[in-house]
Amino acid sequence: MVARFLSLKLTLMVNTFRKSVWQTIGLILAVLYALGTVGLLVSGVLALAFLQDPAWAGLAVTLGGTLLVVGWWLIPIFAFGVDATLDPHRFTTFAIPRRTLITGLAVAGLISVPGLATVLLALGTSFAWVLQPGVLLVALVGAVLGVATCVVGSRAITTVLAPVLESRRYREVVMIVALVLVVGIGPMISWLTTGIDPGATSGVLQTLAERAAGVLGWTPFGAAWSLGSTAYAGDWLGLLGRLVVALATLAVAWLVWDRALARALVQPPVGNAGGGRAKGLGAFGLVRFSPTWGVAARTATYWLRDPRYSGSIAIVPLLPVIIYFSSQSTGSFFMLLATGPFVAWILGFSISNDIGYDYTAFALHVASGVRGSSDRWGRALPMLLVGPLVAAAIVVGTVWVADSWHLLLPLLGMALGLLLVSTAVSSAVSARLVYPVAKPGESPLKSPQGAAVATIVAQGVGFVITLGLSLPVLGVGIAAVVLGGPLWGIGTLVAGVLYGALMLYLGIRVGARTYDRRLPELLQQVQSFP
Amino acid sequence: MTTPAHPTPGGDAGPGARPSPPHDPQAALSVRGLWKRFGQKIAVSGVDLDVPTGSFYGLVGPNGAGKTTMLSMATGLLRPDFGSAHVRGVDLWARPDEAKAMLGILPDGVRLFDRLTGRQLLTYAGMLRGMDKATVVERTADLLQAFDLTADADTFVVDYSAGMTKKIALGCAMIHAPRTLVLDEPFEAVDPVSAANIRDILKGYVAGGGTVIVSSHVMDLVQRMCDHVAVMAGGHVLAAGTVDEVRGEQSLEDRFVDLVGGRQHSEGLSWLRGS
Repeated sequence: MVARFLSLKLTLMVNTFRKSVWQTIGLILAVLYALGTVGLLVSGVLALAFLQDPAWAGLAVTLGGTLLVVGWWLIPIFAFGVDATLDPHRFTTFAIPRRTLITGLAVAGLISVPGLATVLLALGTSFAWVLQPGVLLVALVGAVLGVATCVVGSRAITTVLAPVLESRRYREVVMIVALVLVVGIGPMISWLTTGIDPGATSGVLQTLAERAAGVLGWTPFGAAWSLGSTAYAGDWLGLLGRLVVALATLAVAWLVWDRALARALVQPPVGNAGGGRAKGLGAFGLVRFSPTWGVAARTATYWLRDPRYSGSIAIVPLLPVIIYFSSQSTGSFFMLLATGPFVAWILGFSISNDIGYDYTAFALHVASGVRGSSDRWGRALPMLLVGPLVAAAIVVGTVWVADSWHLLLPLLGMALGLLLVSTAVSSAVSARLVYPVAKPGESPLKSPQGAAVATIVAQGVGFVITLGLSLPVLGVGIAAVVLGGPLWGIGTLVAGVLYGALMLYLGIRVGARTYDRRLPELLQQVQSFP
Repeated sequence: MTTPAHPTPGGDAGPGARPSPPHDPQAALSVRGLWKRFGQKIAVSGVDLDVPTGSFYGLVGPNGAGKTTMLSMATGLLRPDFGSAHVRGVDLWARPDEAKAMLGILPDGVRLFDRLTGRQLLTYAGMLRGMDKATVVERTADLLQAFDLTADADTFVVDYSAGMTKKIALGCAMIHAPRTLVLDEPFEAVDPVSAANIRDILKGYVAGGGTVIVSSHVMDLVQRMCDHVAVMAGGHVLAAGTVDEVRGEQSLEDRFVDLVGGRQHSEGLSWLRGS
């Protein structure tokens, strides 16, 4: 039976490749990337063991393993629905004993790029103790337990939380939180690490790591991974204790999963009743009644209500904060001051795949015969109304923090110019290049399989054109910053706005023509999304 | 009289074969020589069809017959590889704005802008058609009332049931008072009471001079509701005309099975009959 689950999972995987060449290429790239990462980590740990001291390798395995478990347990909560190929609900109608079902699902859970990478990593790093066969054996047992903890714990958590995860409201909140976390995590880490005294010797770091590993080795996250290093240290009592913790973790996770699955199988998923409500016409009541303003009101409503948009919007105010903290370590305000123009550019770029985000709902535009100019202007208008205010606020804020008021006008000019130019390019390009994104209701973190190449091409083209067309604004702006003087500042502002407005007019014109010519093809494109 | 079970005039041969008769300028919808190929599969091959103005026209056919593809090409949602579609004498693919203004379309298998409330979605559909505010507000209220959605007017469409979603989509197709409604599977997932209400609305609309084209799997429904019917299978129109012409002495369902084939009169699945 377990073998049947394995072959089912493999068949499902193989069939997705048959569907598209790009998915196959995407998977090959993912495998190569995973193999590279695993190879790097394993050889790093082995090098540490043979060139330095196996105890250090033990520290690395314990700490890394803990991170791995935390990742396996927490990531599915945020990136739910990422792998639902073997959704237990699909097996309800088959009379499969629950024990078999769980074993099958658990083993099948390993058949994925992250699953196989985890197995390889766990087994590979165990060979840090290859010179002590007894310890190696313990470490291998620890590796197997660790991988099992990852998979079973992850399944237990998602199954227990499934009723919550299935509620739309929760999903939307989580989506936004997750997006913000993903964007913020890199800068936060770099900020935290700069907080560590660079004068600290590696000895201090080592004690710190040892202390952390000592504690984590007794927790459910790290117990299995610390078995090898405990055996190496010859702490047999500690080994026994940790083994108990590791086994207990696995047993509890298994039990929780079993119970949750039993409940899930008799309670099929139900859409949450009630649901959100909004009074009256909202944005539609505020605008002139025309196709253009209708599209604008709909776009604005979606920015606020669709987590795929509102997630990105939640990031915008965070960007200056993140950049402020990262620029503190360098002591230079260059990055901070560049934030205003940068955010302006991003804002304009954010509407570059609006039709892809509409997905097949776009059929309403096609059926209604919405003209290209109405569609293009409608999608750009909310950006043109809100974008300048946001960009100006960030420019003023950053200039204030950096106390560089003499740069206010040039930066403002560049920000407005870039906003207009990137909005223009988005309006033109998005009628030509549409690429798959997370569908309405899906997690914004989930990018559809096989979409990577189309995404890179579309975004790359947009990026290059925007950059090329922005050169005049950037040129004048940089000249103004270098040469200084209020005249240059006013010049940048005027040039940025006028040039940007011209570009916007042309961009929307080109976009509208393309749209009118390709209207049914655009719909066919979104309908063919995987 | 029944159209012969195989090639409708000009239909069967490839593009560039026998010319089809000219479009009927009086017809609510008139298509000639429509072809569409997706990859290796020819979804629609040389369809000619005239939908008389004021008719209640049913389009029936098994799954994969090309109904949705044909209707999409006839309403401007999908560009045909060959062939043309006229709406009351207006060439749809040459003058789409004019033709689309006369059509109300309920496509099958597409999503809605479901982060809007029911009221907002209807309003949006009206705005896209360039209607003025007073009319949109009034018709939105009327449509919500007619489809029994008034209580859910302020609920997001994403939280609607399948049947409610179908009804609100139908409302979107009607809000600009088109002269022809093209409805792809309008009764799917709709409860019997709502379906009866919708049928009444559509009958009233036809009585007032409108034309309705519905595609459906449910023969019984088509036989009771429609006055004209076309049977499609394998990308061809096998028969078209008034319901009585097409079905002859048989029930529509039997006639359909005769035309389409595929019924099995064997003793299959004997083991299922128990012992």
